[in-house]
Amino acid sequence: MLGFIIQRLLQSVVVMLVISLLVFLGVYAIGNPIDVLISPDATQQIREQTIRAYGLDQPLWKQYWDFLRRLLSGDFGRSFVYNMPVLQLIFSRLPATLELTLVAVIGATLLGVPLGMYAGYKPDSAISKGIMAFSVLGFSVPTFWIGLVLIFTFAVQLGWLPAGNRGETISVFGVEWSFLTLDGWKHLLLPALNLSLFKFAMMVRLARAGARETMLTDTVRFARASGESEWTILRRHVLRLIAIPLVTVFGLELSSTLAFAVVTETIFSWPGIGKLIIDSIQTLDRPVMVAYLMLVAFLFIVINLIVDLSYAALDPRLRIRRTA
Amino acid sequence: MSAPLLSVRDLRTEFATKAGPIKAVDGVCFDLQAGEILGLVGESGSGKTVTGFSILGLIDPPGRIAGGSVRLEGRELVGLTNAALRDVRGKQIAMVFQDPSATLNPVLSIGAQMKLALDAHGRSSATVARERSVEVLTRVGIPDPAKRLDAYPHQFSGGMRQRVAIAIALLNRPKLIICDEPTTALDVSIQAQILTEMKALARDMGTAMIWISHDLATVSSIASRILVMYAGRIIEEGGVAEVLRAPRHPYTRGLLESLPANATPGQDLMQIPGSTPSLLNLPPGCPFAPRCSYADDLCRTEPPRLTSGSRAVRCHHPLAMEAA
Amino acid sequence: MSAASPVAIFWDEFKESRIAVAALAVVLLIFALALAAPFISPQNPYNLAELSLMDARRPPGFVGSKGYTHWLGTDGQGRDLLSAILYGLRISIQMGVIAGGIAFSLGATLGAFAAFIGGRTEALIMRIIDLQLSFPAILLALVLAAVLGQGKWQLITALVAAQYAYFARTAHGAASSERSKDYVDAALSTPLSTARVVFRHILPNCLPPLIVVATVQVANAIALEATLSFLGLGLPVSEPSLGMLIAHGFQYMLSGRYWISIYPGVALIVLIVAINLVGDQVRDQLNPRLRR
Repeated sequence: MLGFIIQRLLQSVVVMLVISLLVFLGVYAIGNPIDVLISPDATQQIREQTIRAYGLDQPLWKQYWDFLRRLLSGDFGRSFVYNMPVLQLIFSRLPATLELTLVAVIGATLLGVPLGMYAGYKPDSAISKGIMAFSVLGFSVPTFWIGLVLIFTFAVQLGWLPAGNRGETISVFGVEWSFLTLDGWKHLLLPALNLSLFKFAMMVRLARAGARETMLTDTVRFARASGESEWTILRRHVLRLIAIPLVTVFGLELSSTLAFAVVTETIFSWPGIGKLIIDSIQTLDRPVMVAYLMLVAFLFIVINLIVDLSYAALDPRLRIRRTA
Repeated sequence: MSAPLLSVRDLRTEFATKAGPIKAVDGVCFDLQAGEILGLVGESGSGKTVTGFSILGLIDPPGRIAGGSVRLEGRELVGLTNAALRDVRGKQIAMVFQDPSATLNPVLSIGAQMKLALDAHGRSSATVARERSVEVLTRVGIPDPAKRLDAYPHQFSGGMRQRVAIAIALLNRPKLIICDEPTTALDVSIQAQILTEMKALARDMGTAMIWISHDLATVSSIASRILVMYAGRIIEEGGVAEVLRAPRHPYTRGLLESLPANATPGQDLMQIPGSTPSLLNLPPGCPFAPRCSYADDLCRTEPPRLTSGSRAVRCHHPLAMEAA
Repeated sequence: MSAASPVAIFWDEFKESRIAVAALAVVLLIFALALAAPFISPQNPYNLAELSLMDARRPPGFVGSKGYTHWLGTDGQGRDLLSAILYGLRISIQMGVIAGGIAFSLGATLGAFAAFIGGRTEALIMRIIDLQLSFPAILLALVLAAVLGQGKWQLITALVAAQYAYFARTAHGAASSERSKDYVDAALSTPLSTARVVFRHILPNCLPPLIVVATVQVANAIALEATLSFLGLGLPVSEPSLGMLIAHGFQYMLSGRYWISIYPGVALIVLIVAINLVGDQVRDQLNPRLRR
C-alpha cells in the first residue's frame, strides 16, 4: 500500500512537471513573455530592466528552469489589475469556488444516485422515464443558458432569490463562507443548482446503468432467494457494488466542476477563481492565468490521487492485491 | 405416506417475447417428502432451473407464473405477495446457485452477508448472528470459521466459496434447499466432497433438497428419486435405481448412454442426435420426436401424456421395463 | 437471409424508435433552415445598413419600420431575432461540423496509428491522451482561445484540441482489437504500406464506435462554441453565433426583455438535444452488449 502511494506521488510530480512545461510554453513562449511580467503600460526602461532581471535574454531551457524555481518558491508574480501577489489573490477567491463546487457536486450526488438507482431498478415505470428525460436535458442543455433561465425565472420574474454575488458571509479563520448564513444560502442556491445539473444528469445515468446491470446478477438473485427485502438489496448490495464507478466519476467531476464554475461564476457574478480567470483573460492579466492553471492542475492531481486511494477502501479485492 | 412437504401441480411459467410466449415450464407436477432428495435432470433450456425459481416466486418480468400450484406444507405459494414470499424465501426454502463467485457479494465480508441473510427474518444482535454464522460455517466444514467471518469471498477457494453459500442457505434452518447445479463450477474432487457432505446434511438435519443438474451421474449419486425434464415438461419420473437400471424414455436412455462411465473404452461416446428444440416452435407431437429413433407418425402428431404413478413416463412407445 | 445492405438494415432498426426518427427529422430540418438562411430570413442581420435602432429591443410580434413583423422580436441593435437565429445556427453548425470533422480525422488517425505501431510510442501517445482526457475540455478550449485570440480558425483550433482525444481514445480501443485479428496480418503479409493497411482495413472497421462519438462530439462542439462565445472568447462580434446572441441578450434579461436571450437558446437546445437523441439511438444500435 505504501509502495503504491509513493508510486502515485512520483507519477503526480511528473505530471505536474509536464503541465508546468505546457503552461510555460503556452503563456511564455507563444505570447510575449515580457507581458507576463510587467504591466503593458510600463516605460521602456523598466521593460529592459525586467528583461535582464528575469533573464529573458537567456536560452529557453534556462528560462523554464527559472520559471520552475519561482513556482516552487511560491512566487507567481503580481497581478497588474489588482496590484497584489497572485497567490494571495487566488487564495482570497478560492473559498467561494470551493464552496460553490462542493455544494453542487454533493447535491447532485445525493439526489442523482438514488434517482438513478430507482430508474435502473424500475426501468419501465413512468417516473423512471421522467427521470431519464430530465437527465437527457441536463446533459444536453448548455450550462450558461440554464443559468440565464434560472436568473430570469427566480430572480427577475418571481423575485424569490438574488441574481448574483455571495451575500452575507461569516469569517472562519480569516476565510469568508456563505454557507453559514441564511442570506448566503439564498445566494448560493441558484448558482449551485446551475452548476449541479450536468453532474446530476451524469450521476443519474451512471447509477441507472450500474443498478440495471447489478439487478440482473446472481448476487441479487441469491440475496432475494435468502429473503432479503428489496430495500436491503438496493442499499446494501447494489449501492456497494456500483460505488466504485460512482466514486471515480464523483472525483473526476469534482475537478471538471471546478472548470465549469467559470461559466456559472460569470453568469451569477460569483466572486470565485472562475470569474477571476475570465476577467484576467479579458484584461490579459497573465500571471493570474498561469497561477490559475497550475492551481487547477494541482487540484486535479490531488483529487485523482484521493479517488485512487478510495478504491482500495471500497473494493477489498484491490486492497489485498496491493498489500501483497 | 404422510402429507408431502412440497406439492407442485401443473406448474406453468411463461416468458413473453416479441415472437409470442415461451413456455419454459409446461405443466410440471411432483411431490417432495420431508428430508427427501429429489434430482431434477435435463439439458440447458429444459426448464429445470426455471422450475426451481418458480417455486420461490423468483421469476422476473417478462417472465410470469402462468398457472398451477405450489404448496408448501399445504400452504399455496403461487399468487402470494412479494412480502409474504419473502418470509418463505431463505426461512422455509433456501437456494444455492451454480457459480459461488457470482452469488456472493465481492465487496461485503462473509460475516456481513450472513448477517444480512439472518436479519431478513428477524433482527438479531451482532453476537447472536456471529454465533449462528460460526455454527453453520463449522457445519459445512470451513476451518477456523470465527476468524474467516471477516474475510471476503475472493479470499476463499472455489469449493470453500460454495460451502459459504451453502452455509448462508442453512442459516435460517430451511425445510427445503433448492440446489441449482451447485457443483458444476467446481473441480471434480471437490464436487465429490460437497455431494457427500450435502447428503449428510440432508440426513442429519432432515432437510429436503431439490438437486438440479444436467449431469445424470451427479444426480444419481445424491438423489433418491429423479425427474427428467425435456422442453419444459417432465418426461420420466422414478426412483434413482429404477431409472438408471431401466430407463423407459428414449431420451433418458440416450442421456445414460452418453455418460462417459457407460462408454466402452476405445469407442466414441454415444450421443443423442440433434439439439434441444426451440421453445418458440415446438413440434406438434412429442417434442423429442425429431431426435428419437423410435418416433413414428403418432409421435409426430399427438403429444404423449405422462403416465400416472411414482414410476411415470411421457412416451407413446416407452422402452420395455427390463430392457436396457 | 436477404441481400439488404448494412445501411438498409440499420435504417430498418432505426425506424423502430419514433423518438429517434423525430429527432433526426428535427436535425435535418434545422440543417436545412441554416443552409437556406440567406434566402428565407427577412433580413441580413450582419448588414448594418438594414438595421435600425428605432426597432431595437422590441418584443415578439412587433411590426418594424421596414414594414414586416419581427416574430421573435429584435435585439439591442434592432436586429430581427428570427434572422439572427437562422444565421447564428448557420455559424454554430458550421463550427461544430468543421471542428468535429477535423477532430475526427486527426484523433482517429492518431489512435489507429498508435494501436498499430504499438510498443513505447503507443504507450506514450495513449498516456498523453489519457492525461488530456482527465482534464476538462472546456478549460483547455478556454485557455487556447485566450492564448490564440479571437477568430474563426483560432476557435476551431481550440475546439479540435479539446475534442480530438475522445476520437483517439475510441479509435485506439477499436483498432487494438482489430489489430489482433487475422485479416490484418493477412493484409500486412502483402506488400502494402502500413498507412494503406491502416486506412483501408483498420479504420473502416473502427467506424461504428467512431460514428457514435462523432454525433455526441458535434453536439458538444456546438455547445462548447456557444459557451466560449458567451464568455466573449469565441467568434468576432461581426459574426454573431448563437452563444453571442445569448450573451448580448443577457444584459436585457434583468429588465424583463427575455426574448433576446431565450429564443436563440431554445434554438440551440433543440439542435443539441435532437443530435444527442439521434446519437443515443445509434449507440444503442451499434452496442454489441445490448444486442440479442
